[in-house]
Amino acid sequence: MNDRRRNLLRSAGAAAALLVGGLLKPVLALAAAWNKDAFAAKNPADALKSIGAASPAASGDIVIEAPQIAENGAVVPIEITSKIPGTTSMAVLVEKNPYPLVAKFDFMEGALPFVKVNAKMGETSDVRVVATAGGKHYAATREIKVTIGGCGG
Amino acid sequence: MAGPMKMRATLASGYTDVRVLMTHPMATEQQTKGQPHFIQNLTVKVNGKTAIEAQISQAVSRNPVFSFRLKGGAKGDRIEVSWLDNKGDTNKTETAVA
Repeated sequence: MNDRRRNLLRSAGAAAALLVGGLLKPVLALAAAWNKDAFAAKNPADALKSIGAASPAASGDIVIEAPQIAENGAVVPIEITSKIPGTTSMAVLVEKNPYPLVAKFDFMEGALPFVKVNAKMGETSDVRVVATAGGKHYAATREIKVTIGGCGG
Repeated sequence: MAGPMKMRATLASGYTDVRVLMTHPMATEQQTKGQPHFIQNLTVKVNGKTAIEAQISQAVSRNPVFSFRLKGGAKGDRIEVSWLDNKGDTNKTETAVA
């Protein structure tokens, strides 16, 4: 009787360990999702293709707030807002950076499509923001002039 | 060892303003001769539920500062921000909406 109880406990423990192992791994994998192809792309078109947002339509409903002239390319404040209803994602690309894709934000329920981020800019460049809403992609661009580049040493 | 994070979450009109600062070198390939070290993933949770997930690159400035906005919100809502970098280092901070 007692032996049986021990065995039961043991197998329950093993099952729990298996469950925890099996459940935790996918969660960790999900948290670590990072689109390597998109971030390694060396031009904006390839980066957009990799995030599944090739040839977005121009939109006036994406607001990019940034200085016209950034003295220090190492810290360029860029504030982005999408006024497109149902925006679920926004990506920021500095077109002339060695790797144009700077960041991609996914907005779930409870979040507003707004982000302020400081980016590095190697040189004067167009900054493109691509918003996704209802499976469609929209883009706006804005030029930021850089006096001192911020990607190298 | 991950450096400290700072976060502030305040109620604005109709939304919650979240500002978060992370301590991280965000070192580029060019700065490190091919050994970049940068945060890749960022997660913002509200009361335990994920609201924003970001993937970021080495082109985000050193010691990153982000502002986010959350719909509505109430005093005391728990905001948690966590990050994971390309070397597997991770950190998180939590605050209550003021």
